[in-house]
Amino acid sequence: MKTTMTVNGQASTLDLDPRTTLLDALREHLNLKGSKKGCDHGQCGACTVLVNGVRINSCLSLAVMHDGDAVTTIEGLGVVGALHPLQEAFLKQDAFQCGYCTPGQICSAAGMLKELADNWPSQETADLTAAIVATDAEIRERMSGNICRCSAYPQILAAIRDVVGAVA
Amino acid sequence: MSSIADWATPNPVTENRSGLIGKAVDRYEGPLKVTGTAPYAYEVEAPSPPVQGAIVTSAIARGRVAAIDTAEAEASPGVLLVWTHKTIPAQGARGARINPRSQRPSSPVMDSDEVRYFGETVAFVVADTLENARAAAALIKVTYDELWAVVDFPASLGLAENPPGEEDVRIGDFETAFAAAPVTLDETYTSPIQNHVQMEPCATTAWWDGDKVTVHTSIQMVKGGQHALAETLMIPSDDVHLLTRYIGGGFGGKGQSYDDLSLAALAARELKRPVKVAYTRQQMMLGTIHRPATIQRVRLGATPDGRLTAFALDGYTHCARDALFTEHFANFARSLYAAPNRLTGHKLVKMDLPGAGPMRAPGEASGMLSLEVAMDELAEKLGLDPIQLRLINEPERDPETGKPFSIRQLARCMNEGAQHFGWDRRNPKPGQVRDGRWWVGMGMAAAIRADYLLPAKAGARITADGTITLLQGMTDIGTGTYTILAQITAETLGVPLSQVRVEIGDSNLPPAPGSGGQFGASTAGSAALDAGMKLRVALAHLAVGDPNSPLYGASPDLVTFDDGKIRFGNQSEDLSTLVARAAPEGVYAEGSISPPADRRDVSLHTYGAHFAEVGVDMDTGEVRMRRMYGVFAAGRILNAKTAKSQITGGMIWGVGTALTETNSVDPRYGSLINQDVGGYLVPVHADIVDLDAVFLDEVDDKANPMGIKGVGELGISGAGAAIANAIYNACGVRLRDYPMTPDKVLAGLIAAGL
Ligand code: FES
Ligand code: FES
Repeated sequence: MKTTMTVNGQASTLDLDPRTTLLDALREHLNLKGSKKGCDHGQCGACTVLVNGVRINSCLSLAVMHDGDAVTTIEGLGVVGALHPLQEAFLKQDAFQCGYCTPGQICSAAGMLKELADNWPSQETADLTAAIVATDAEIRERMSGNICRCSAYPQILAAIRDVVGAVA
Repeated sequence: MSSIADWATPNPVTENRSGLIGKAVDRYEGPLKVTGTAPYAYEVEAPSPPVQGAIVTSAIARGRVAAIDTAEAEASPGVLLVWTHKTIPAQGARGARINPRSQRPSSPVMDSDEVRYFGETVAFVVADTLENARAAAALIKVTYDELWAVVDFPASLGLAENPPGEEDVRIGDFETAFAAAPVTLDETYTSPIQNHVQMEPCATTAWWDGDKVTVHTSIQMVKGGQHALAETLMIPSDDVHLLTRYIGGGFGGKGQSYDDLSLAALAARELKRPVKVAYTRQQMMLGTIHRPATIQRVRLGATPDGRLTAFALDGYTHCARDALFTEHFANFARSLYAAPNRLTGHKLVKMDLPGAGPMRAPGEASGMLSLEVAMDELAEKLGLDPIQLRLINEPERDPETGKPFSIRQLARCMNEGAQHFGWDRRNPKPGQVRDGRWWVGMGMAAAIRADYLLPAKAGARITADGTITLLQGMTDIGTGTYTILAQITAETLGVPLSQVRVEIGDSNLPPAPGSGGQFGASTAGSAALDAGMKLRVALAHLAVGDPNSPLYGASPDLVTFDDGKIRFGNQSEDLSTLVARAAPEGVYAEGSISPPADRRDVSLHTYGAHFAEVGVDMDTGEVRMRRMYGVFAAGRILNAKTAKSQITGGMIWGVGTALTETNSVDPRYGSLINQDVGGYLVPVHADIVDLDAVFLDEVDDKANPMGIKGVGELGISGAGAAIANAIYNACGVRLRDYPMTPDKVLAGLIAAGL
């Protein structure tokens, strides 16, 4: 099936097997291997990408469902030499070890920052009418769909905190 | 190197003139990882686009494949190849070695109709795309002749035997001393099957060039993988080029190769094109090794003032019938506390399950879960603080061997940790502190993990532009190997980090044993230091023998290296200038490490102390980690940043161990029930609240030439027990069965009338 997506700002038309997941389309057809496959079941977050600015598990979505969508992957956030602030912060805070969950963590964090800015509540949000404060608890809750088996969680929080800034 | 005494002589790493050793430098390969451009095994560029494999696994635990119908699969779109035990090409016999020097024997796949565990490979498909391969794999119909299988560990203890070549270790007369002890404890603790759950599933991309195969695979041990594949393919090991540059987590589970490696290589040969094969998450759970369950009995006898007189830790664990492995949960205890009468040992049940094998701190990770809770229980019986009880039983020398400790700062770890954590605020009486609907409690545990040093080689090359490349068949599984090798090399040659490159994960490079047993940094790093020293010697001779060098005629022994320069007195020149002029083809030197025999004459360990504060929900029994702090003594630290990440990562594994991680065997089928990360619960962000760790200043000059030790496995050792003890302190429910899930806590609360 013909599917046209804008991936990292570039329009691509792919002729895909309808069973192809968005993750496999990126990895196998567009040579964007930064998005990782950890479980293929929507359980680990390694495949997180942004679709029209919203984070999703790309393994849980068929590529042909994304005709006309704008997809941003880790490759679209920053490159070596011109890192995205989150990538910079991950590097500085040692927010990864094996690195396999990392693109997903960073894309997820990017999506989360926008959710915070847009005042989307989470389970940790006490007051649904007030502006959301990016507390550590909010960040942890919102990042919990991204497993890091190396368990760089304290460092990932510190990296995201670097970008969000301190909150009172 | 003939004696550990030689290691007292200063070297560039111990002198650390430019201060790179210990510095919190960013990861060498970090920019690639944060941009998603580090190619893992399934992602490497092959000479032409690879076709993709899909594995079909068995649905019984033991028996034979009676019939296997592949007709539909073969006719399915895009299918290039379907193999079963009947059609797979010949492989080396299981366990055979053509080359006697092979570190690993042949490990054939589908070599017979026999099924040895639920999840074993029974068929394999390659197709043009993954979608086609998986669809075809789903069309394969397998029927089995099922045999009775041993899969229920607690029900099979009658089959337990001593591990091969092992017996219980007895010192003094445990039984008599235990019977005579005024205060005793006799409790049994159980730990479940655990899975590594590396985020990257096992994967291989393979292609052939004539008789030689190139494989990119995700494995912790380069030589082991190369040799196993060569034996399986029945070809010389030099014809296997194995690369493993980036590894998405190992934790012991990728210490060996799996069927993805053999199948990718075999299929690439058959199809004459690159093939890639990855395990699914479910196949990772079923078809790779796991940490086996344990049933451990601890018996402690003490005097009323807290001196241990009788000490025993023994019990049961299990492994696969034909893949012997013992989770040595009692070994660490032989070096931990003083007691004149001692008994430690293991009994092993061989079962029809997938292989049991090493997982982060094999032995300690399981065994400390029992002993460190037992010590907490004994302290309460004695009316002593748990730290006090441990201090009373601090041994002067290794309690079983009598060997001197290289250095042992366990007491300091406990004392400094207690002070930082606010241990004095702990109410020794459980169930006294409430915070809303939470009971709050504190617990602590000691940590110990053995330290090893293995033989290894390394190469160092300087090219005409002054770049120094460290070359080693070593791996980085997230541990920081790239980074610490760069630091060691830069410090040794006196050059800035930016001038150093690191090439590892390649079977063509000087061999190192790989990542495991927290021996990686010591072993690979010591060889890298030696390679750097050898390169210094070569460069010194080059300079003093070159009439165009300002160092011409100087004594090579008095030449120094700093700031990218080679120097004698006030004469110096840039290394790049020297090499470009005098050896434009570059200079290469090789170094090595082999542990001297007298290293065995000292008791060598890393130590630590864990402190945990938990909340227990009084209504649901849910346990939440609130605070955790660890103090560790692990020799000189090479990189403050990566070492800390290793140790906090280990502590978080302790949280998972204590609270959520378990796999269960379905006794009907012999399958592991939790086959994905929706069922097997590892800690996530929300589970880890306030967690921190520090290292004590330490140099262990008996450990290796750098005075460093491993940090990858120390953090998990004892961590789960600290949480278990905190649960008891919070609510008065003493659990001895890991993980401490709400159902167990709640049952305890109800039984206590709470
Ligand atoms: S690979 Fe998509 S969530 Fe795990
Ligand atoms: S860095 Fe290894 S899983 Fe997160």
